[in-house]
Parts: sequence; C-alpha cells; structure tokens
Amino acid sequence: MYFIVLGLVAAAAAAVVVFASTHTVAMFDPKGTIGLEERNLMIVAALLMLVVVIPVFVMTFVFAWRYRADNEKAEYTPTWDHDIRYELAWWAFPIAIIIVLAVITWQSSHALSPYRPIAGSVPPVPVDVVALDWKWLFIYPQQGIATVNMLKLPVDTPIAFHITADAPMNSFWIPSLGGQIYAMPGMSTQLHLMASATGTYEGLSANLSGNGFASMHFPAEVVSRAAFAAWAQGVRNATGTYGALTLPAYEALSTPSARYPETLYASIDPSLYGWIVMKYMSPNASTTTTTIPMSTMAIPRAL
Amino acid sequence: MIHFLLGNLTFQAFLHNPIVMGADAFMGIVGIAVLALVTYFKKWQWLWREWLTSLDHKRIGIMYLIVAAVMLFKGGVDALMMRAQQALASGSNYGYLSANHFNQIFSAHGVTMILFVAMPLIFGLFNLIIPLQIGARDVAFPFVNAVSFWMFVSGVALFNASLVIGHFSSAGWLAYPPLSELAYSPGVGVDYWIWCLQLAGIGSLLSAINFFVTIVKMRAPGMTLMKMPMFVWNALGAIVLMIFAFPVLTATLGMLWLDRFAGMHFFTAGFGGNAMMYVNLIWTWGHPEVYILVLPAFGIFSEVVSTFSQKRIFGYASMVAATASITILSFLVWLHHFFTMGASADVNAFFGIMTMIIAVPTGVKIFNWLFTMYRGRVRFMTPMWWFFGFIALFTMGGMAGVLMAVPAADFQLHNSLFLVAHFHTMIVSGVLFGLFAGFIYWFPKYAGYTLNERIGRWAFWCWLIGFVLAFGPLYILGFMGATRRLYHYPAATGFQPLFIVAAVGAVIIAIGGILQIAQIAVSVKRRALAVDRTAGDPWNGRTLEWMVPTPVPVYNFAVIPTVDDREPFWKLKQEGQFPPREGSPLVRYEDIFLPKRSPIGLLVGACGFVFGFAAVWHIYWLMPISAMAIVAVLIARAFDEETEYRIPAAEVERTERERMARMRASSV
Repeated sequence: MYFIVLGLVAAAAAAVVVFASTHTVAMFDPKGTIGLEERNLMIVAALLMLVVVIPVFVMTFVFAWRYRADNEKAEYTPTWDHDIRYELAWWAFPIAIIIVLAVITWQSSHALSPYRPIAGSVPPVPVDVVALDWKWLFIYPQQGIATVNMLKLPVDTPIAFHITADAPMNSFWIPSLGGQIYAMPGMSTQLHLMASATGTYEGLSANLSGNGFASMHFPAEVVSRAAFAAWAQGVRNATGTYGALTLPAYEALSTPSARYPETLYASIDPSLYGWIVMKYMSPNASTTTTTIPMSTMAIPRAL
Repeated sequence: MIHFLLGNLTFQAFLHNPIVMGADAFMGIVGIAVLALVTYFKKWQWLWREWLTSLDHKRIGIMYLIVAAVMLFKGGVDALMMRAQQALASGSNYGYLSANHFNQIFSAHGVTMILFVAMPLIFGLFNLIIPLQIGARDVAFPFVNAVSFWMFVSGVALFNASLVIGHFSSAGWLAYPPLSELAYSPGVGVDYWIWCLQLAGIGSLLSAINFFVTIVKMRAPGMTLMKMPMFVWNALGAIVLMIFAFPVLTATLGMLWLDRFAGMHFFTAGFGGNAMMYVNLIWTWGHPEVYILVLPAFGIFSEVVSTFSQKRIFGYASMVAATASITILSFLVWLHHFFTMGASADVNAFFGIMTMIIAVPTGVKIFNWLFTMYRGRVRFMTPMWWFFGFIALFTMGGMAGVLMAVPAADFQLHNSLFLVAHFHTMIVSGVLFGLFAGFIYWFPKYAGYTLNERIGRWAFWCWLIGFVLAFGPLYILGFMGATRRLYHYPAATGFQPLFIVAAVGAVIIAIGGILQIAQIAVSVKRRALAVDRTAGDPWNGRTLEWMVPTPVPVYNFAVIPTVDDREPFWKLKQEGQFPPREGSPLVRYEDIFLPKRSPIGLLVGACGFVFGFAAVWHIYWLMPISAMAIVAVLIARAFDEETEYRIPAAEVERTERERMARMRASSV
C-alpha cells in the first residue's frame, strides 16, 4: 500500500519535472529587470522559510515513528506538559526568521514599488493603459499613437505605465517582465517595468471583469530601441491605413466586445487618457474632451 | 398589477440552459423523494417535534452538519465542473460552459464552501461539543440558537433558489464593485448573493454572541479560563473574531445593496463612489473569516493529538497565547489581499510584515503539537492521519502564504493560480481536514460506535493524493502566469496538460468523498462490531465531553461537575472517582430545567427567506410584510412565559443508574 502511494508521488514529481523543463515557466525565466528581482526575492524568502519547515517535517516523521503506541522501548512521560526552554526556543526561532524576512520585505517593498521610476541609461517611455470591456487600449503619448490588444516596447528602456479602466476593475500583468497593478475606473495607477531581452511575452488581465474577461490577453512584443522607433514612426505616418483615436472613435471602441482584433491608431487625442480618468469624477459633464482642460487637471493617484 | 404582485419576477426566470435544468431536476427529485419517504414512514410529527422545533443544542448541531454535508456535495460538483471546463477549454475548444455560467459556478463555489460548508461544520461542532466540554446543560440562549440556525438555513435556501429561479452572481465570491454594481451586473445574481450572505451572516453573528456568553458565563464551577479545553479556547478566539467581523460584512452588503436598489453611490465607478473602500471593507471581514474557520480546526487538532498521543497537551499557556495573538493579528492584515491596488510602499510593507508575524504563533502551535507526540504513545487512528495530512500540506501552504506576504513578490503571484492553490491548501488542509478529524473523533460520542478505520484511511489517502494532484499543478500554473477565473485560455500558453492533471486530482478527491460516505454507511451497518463499550468514552478521553453517557441525555450532565484541572475527566479516572461511587457528589441528583421546543425559530427563518426573496425580485409589498412578521413572531415569543420544562430528580437518577449498569456490564 505505502509503496503504491510512494510510487504515485514519485511518478507525479517526475511528470512535473519533465513538464517544467519543456514549458516556459514565466516567473522563473524573467525577461525584465523587475521580474528578475521579484524571482530572486521569492527564492530567498522560500529558502529562509525552509529553515523552519524542514525541521518540522523531520520532527513529525521521527516523533510519530519513535513514539508510536506499540514501541514499548520509547520513553513515555504522560504528564510532561511544559518546559519553558523548549517553548521559548520555538517562539524565538520563528521570530528570528520573521525579523530577517521583515527587513527584506521593508527594503524590497520600497525598491520594487511599482510606483518607483526605474533609472535607465535612456529616459523612460510613457505608456497609458486603459482596460476596456474586454480589451486593452495602449496610448503612447510621446509617439502620438495607440494600439488595441497589442503592446510593443523597446528593450532596456524604462517604461512608465499609467493605468486606468473604463470598465470594471482589471489588473495589468505581463508575468515575464514583472508584477501587476490594478486598473480601476476613476483612478490612475502606475507601474514601472523594464524589459531586458527582446521577444514576445504574454500579457493579460488578472482580475475578473465580466463575461469577456478570458479574452483580455495581449502579446507584449519587446524589440530593439531602433525597431521600436521605426515602428512608431511607421504607424504615425500610415494615416491612410490606421485611423485616429478621437473621442468618437474611442466611444465606439469602448462598447463591450470580446476577442477584439489587434488594432493600431496613427494619431491620438492627447487629452483622452485624462478625460477617461476624470469622466468618473463628473459623470454628467458634457462628453467632449474640451470641457475639462487637461492642463488644469491633476490625475488622482490610487490610495 | 402583475408587476406589483411579482416585482421583477417573470416566467423567464425559470428558463435555463440544459445543465442548470438538469441540476434543478435533480434537486427536485431528491426533494420530492425526501418528502415522500418522510410521509411514507409517517415521520412528520417526529421530524417536527424532535428536530425542526427543537432548542436542544445537540439536535441543532446535527442539523448544521446535515446542511453542511449537502452543501459540500454541491460545492464539490461545482469544483468538478470548473476543473472539467479548464481541462477542455484551450485554444479553439471553448469547453462546455458559457463564460457567464462558468463565472456563476466559481462565485457559487466560493460562497458555498466558505459560508455554507465550513461555517455550518464549525457551528455544528460548537453546538455539539462546547456545552459538553465546559460542563453546561445547553447554550446560554437556546432560543436564539434556533433562530441563528434557521436564519442560516434561510440563507442557504435563498442561495439554492437562485439555481431554479433566476441566476446567481457571476461577480466572484466577494463580488468586487464596480463589476457587482448595477451598471455591469444588472440581473438578480448579485442581489441573491447579497441576501443569502446577509441572512446567513446575521445567523452567524447571533450564534457567535450566544457562544461567547455560553463560554464566558456557563463554564462548570472551577473551570477558570486557563483550565478550558484547547478547543474551547480556539472557539473563543473564532467567536470574538465573528463578533467584530460580521457587522462589517452586514454593513458592507447593506451599502452595496443600497447602491443597487436605491441608486446610491457608495461603491459605484462614478458620482464619488469608491470601489476601493468596498475592497477594504469586505476584507476587513474576509480576512478574519479565514481565521474564524481555521482556529476551531486548530482546537480540534489540539484535542486529537493530545488524546491519541495519550499525553497532556504540551505548552498549554503558549497555545493560549498563540491563539490570542492570532485572534488579534488577524484584524491587522486585511490589506495583503490587494497589495496590487497601488498603496504606497510603506503601507504595503506594514501589512506584509504583520502578515508574516502571524506565522510565528502558528509555528508555535505546530511545535507544541509535535512535542505533545514527543514522549507520548501515539495511536494511529484516522483523526491522527488527518492531522499528519494537515501538517504536510499546511506547512507548504503556509510557506506559499508568507511568500505572498512579501508585497514585491505578491505583485507577481497575486490573483494567479498560485494564490488559488495557496488558499485551497490552507482551507482544505487547515479547515476541512481538521473538521473531518473532529467529526471522526466525536462521532462515537453521539452515535455510540466508532467509524470504520480502514475505509477512513482509504478516504484520507484519496484526499491527500488527490489534493496534491489537483493543486500541485496550480502552483506551477501560477508561476507560468496563469491567472484565476479563466474560462478559456490560448493553446500557446501550454496550460492544458497541467489543467488535465488537476482535473484528475479533483476526481480522486471526489472518490475520497464517496469513500467517506461509504465509511459512514458501512459503519452504521456494522455498528454492532464497533460499539463503544464504555458507553461514552471510546478513546480514553481527557475532557468533560467524554464523561457524559452516550447517547447523550437531553440534560447532558446529571450533576454539573466541579473542575480543578485542565483535564478534569482524566483526573477523575486517574483518582478512581469515575464511574462515581455511592455518596460521590456526582450522584447527588436534582431537578433539571430545560428549554421547551418552539417553532418560532423556524418561522423567523421562513420569514427571513421570504424577505430576502422579495428584496431580490423587488416585490415591494412583500418586504415590509415579511420584516414585520419577524418582529411579530418574536414579540409573540416574548409573551410566552412557560419556556422551560422540568425533569424530576428521580427520573435523572433512573437514567444515570441504567447507564452505570450498562458501563459495568460491558467493562467486565
């Protein structure tokens, strides 16, 4: 019986190893600076905890076996129910580990805060992200272009995402590059990431937003800085091929739809992102962007 | 006119897809079969007098367990349906469920398992065990106990009604706005969610207050706080949490309902509503709720490990301190459920560190259990197997939890399947395994015979192996970037093989569940073989519940014992004072007064259901009528001055002598 159990467990473990070696496990193979540090942090924290967990496992097996009822040779002290030295030891031992973890937590929370700009050799590229029902809109304010359900980023360049939603709450997440942050209507959250290798990575929403939630996937393609600049220039110039992201175009886009095709816009209304955030502050205001001048508006930060 | 009478309810509400229709038909057939059986065996009067109107904490406890078992079946079917969908729905295959139906299923699964399975299992065991462990004849307020139970049942009934009339919420088990607001969820689903939680939540709050007073005021003479059994201490921690947390839930649900019903803007996206406030409030209840579930299970393990190691619990004072610290700390960590909301690094770090600190008292408890086994005589009965399964899984799940308590790591792991695997590890191993252990441990106290050990061990191994197969892949899927609640995923993600393994694991868990039913059935059939010859103390127990005879007399203790030790029953046995001799204070019988049965609890629950149903469907005239009906029946009850009946001392003495005779006969 026990051999069957052990065999099954071993087979399962082997299958897991084979699977993991043939598939990409995004978090263990990070392609961004933040993702790399987050992975290392997880490994350090896990190893620290094993310092307690392994003794617990060993003690469970040893005690259960040694003090089994039919082992008459083992010591039996039925009234021995406290010993201050032992008890202090296992209050102190976990506390020591938690103190170390607490220091790591405090430092990493600040160092890897999503709001903290990343220092890079080049200035950051801002991208404004809008979660819609059920697609992602990416506005490149510097390049003056926009995309839907596809994200293109330059490698080794800090990216400053400003994130909101014109839909229920979503969460903006590219696991290969690093952690996520919520996209909420009427709020503008921030996320700073930097890709360290070119390639196409999976991006998605990590918070339930309704029936079309499962289709909120997008490819995040990281290309060289030159290729990014050339691509942005190409889109900007192709006004005949791609439309303009004006307010009416945005309103058509934002009606609920799932599995929306990848789309490009050759030009944008520069006040659009601010308008999307602020429209929840005064929902009865006129629907033209001009009534709320962007210049007078501070975008509220979440919490 | 029809709209006035029925509100938003129309015939359309009864039309569903074939899967839901099938479930409705199944529920209908089972319901009719139960009614027919009760009628056939002429048991209506027995059911009404002995159970439905009973104020006896033991009867109410058993009814809680029955409701929990039925709902565990439903929640389990939900889980299998989700696993099947995710195993199939890769690439061009969209599975067999629609997105909305899938969303309803996981929303219902979470609500079912936490509120309609774990909570009633806990309240069931509180009812069955706490009065016995503290040497009381009933809870402090037996009538309130019945009201709480029937309010809880009205919540369960409303929840199940959503399967037949209309639909359930598809906004997740905590229904975050703005998704749960009218703008994005216009149907009745979220209203069903609000009212089934609201009714059950009021029941839980009343119950918590009742048990708080019971533990504080009704302990046997001499049982100081530091002489209470560990289960009672842990229950007290959970009860304090309930008293503080459930009003938050009630208020939060009330505000969400006002948003939806009265056009207010507490949590809406526009007009100054703030969804982040909702998320904070719901987790101010939701995180303590996790410890409300797990603390009683910790208490059960303390009893089980001590009894089956045949040794006093190690580090009692440490255990109490750990329980108290967990109780307090669990109110200071709620924000770790949403580090990704954009709070500052200071705020996130604070809540991350507070979360990790909870690992310290939890670790202390584990070491104390291990040192209870140390230099003990460990008997490997099934409750101990569940304990070992708990240690194996809970420590791993705890590691995953501390990992996610580091905010910078949580940005990656949040809302991924790693999170789903983590909290299932904690709740299945920490709560469900504990309650299973408690069920097997205390079963003979009420049944008079022990459960079958062999089938019990098979069930345990199915649960353990099934669990590893079902949730191991989810940890890996999380690392691969799979988020939760996906009804479909692209084939290129490579998720499918792991989802198939997880589905296989879920089937093995289901086999474990079937084996548990078989275990009970076989044990009932062969009860003559496993009969408890001690008439109440099959495990050589240590605390007061093993002192009362089995079947437990309606008055529990013929004479309330005086306590001067943490293990009062053990001490009596050691000193040769049990079974009591002639002239012992334990045989000085007196008249006993017990609460009369009352149908008012059932009526309050029924009116609560009607009120909830009317609120869901906007049947305006019915809402005030049903609310006033609750007040009216409670006032009627207040005029009833004959609420107790007397059992004469002679009758008590006769019952007790019979039991003593039975014990002596069987021990020879």
